[in-house]
Amino acid sequence: MAKTRYAPDRGLIARMGLTMFLLGVVFVAFILALVLVLEASHRGSGAGIVILPVLLAIGLGFGSFYWSDKIALRTAGARLVTPQDGPQAAQLHGVVDRICALADMPKPRVAIAESRMPNAFATGRNSKMAVVCATTGLLDGRLNDQELEGVLAHELSHVAHKDVAVMTIASFIGIVAALLVRFAFYSELFGGGGGRGRGGNNNNNGGAIPVVLVVMVVGIVVYAISFLLIRLLSRYRELSADRSGALLTGQPSALASALQKVTGEMARIPTKDLRAAEPLNAFYFAPAFARGGAGASLSALFSTHPSLERRLKELAKISDQLSR
Amino acid sequence: MGFLDTLLGRTKPVQPKLDALFALPSAAITLEAAASFRPTGTGSVCFRAAEGKAFSDIEKDVRQLLDMGSGTTPVEVTTDSYAYTWLVCHHSADDVEALVTDLHAVNSSLVDGGFGPQLLCTLVGFRDDAGRRLAIVYLFKRGTFYPFAPQDGERRDNALELQVRGQLGSDLKIEPDLSRWFPVWGAPGL
Repeated sequence: MAKTRYAPDRGLIARMGLTMFLLGVVFVAFILALVLVLEASHRGSGAGIVILPVLLAIGLGFGSFYWSDKIALRTAGARLVTPQDGPQAAQLHGVVDRICALADMPKPRVAIAESRMPNAFATGRNSKMAVVCATTGLLDGRLNDQELEGVLAHELSHVAHKDVAVMTIASFIGIVAALLVRFAFYSELFGGGGGRGRGGNNNNNGGAIPVVLVVMVVGIVVYAISFLLIRLLSRYRELSADRSGALLTGQPSALASALQKVTGEMARIPTKDLRAAEPLNAFYFAPAFARGGAGASLSALFSTHPSLERRLKELAKISDQLSR
Repeated sequence: MGFLDTLLGRTKPVQPKLDALFALPSAAITLEAAASFRPTGTGSVCFRAAEGKAFSDIEKDVRQLLDMGSGTTPVEVTTDSYAYTWLVCHHSADDVEALVTDLHAVNSSLVDGGFGPQLLCTLVGFRDDAGRRLAIVYLFKRGTFYPFAPQDGERRDNALELQVRGQLGSDLKIEPDLSRWFPVWGAPGL
């Protein structure tokens, strides 16, 4: 057996496992709470406001997962390219080819988005439908070959880790909770779910309104907890993509310097670009938004990406590991 | 990669497969008989240099080892436009076995040093009487080969590549997934 320099980051794996477990716990608690509330109401008047959001959330979750490649490409204004589509496309294909050969993974499709903001993202529901997209700002020579490769190795690690699937499943509970709150709110506003038949009569008994209120509170609590857990999970997935990417290319320092360059460039981008980038924030190599100032610690809790310092520190550890 | 590895985001670097390389000498004979492509005596190993002293030490050792062995022409080291490192070995055209032995020495040194995952591909050059160039590329992680026939101006002679695939099918394990036949433009030793 050949010597291996690969050492898994057990701390990170354990924390990620715990986060997923907690999300599962919240999910089960959520279902139990809903069942108990509906049982207690004896009427099933609340069933409508529960089943509908769940069905809608399944539809939304499935749709955003199934068409994740198309949605993300459309939002970013990106187009798929072949190696013949100019020097930037040829370069991007060459880098992706080599990383895939190093990692022994099937080659994803490659896209380029017209944007001065240097960034990259990966999406797609499975390895066959995966797309790696880089912005023209990333390819215009501000990053050197190693740095560009580091960024793309990070994105391809997201593909290998099936992060789109993992995050879709993780977000599902949050979507259900958010929709439930909204439905409960409207049904209370318009008197027991509008003209939905059975809801109308129960409303007069006075029993329906507390049920709706309880469902709303449960939804808000579950949404808040799951939101924090999902963001935490997202930050852990970013760290492990950094790690896999750096180990794959053997150049953690190149990835670190790419991170610094990309984050530094981002600060100088006009606001219009940033607004256009908002829906894609979670997908990107580095977040297009950084909320600074007084709420820095709170924003760290809500952030999809770990802080630059944290990512650089982890990469320095890998660099140290490689030189020994 | 297992389900848990995916779920917990812990991809392990892939170790290379080295032994299939020794099928090359017999493939060279087949190629000469069937398509009049003769080896140029040049072969190269391409790898992604890792940062740090551990890797540069191993790289230095490999070069010393090869320079001692072949004696005549020293090993060339070049870096391509993707920042990958190529070690190029030269031998007489009829001695593919010695070339493969040298290439294997590079590979196993890197693997012994714990840098097996850094290996990308190995390439052996061929040429026919008309001057057409052909390379047989070995993918370390897949353990498969594919032909690469560059033409002027970054174009590939796909017809020739497919023809060679047919001829070498019984000698070498040819990479079945055509999307993995990536071009190695300007590779040293072509």
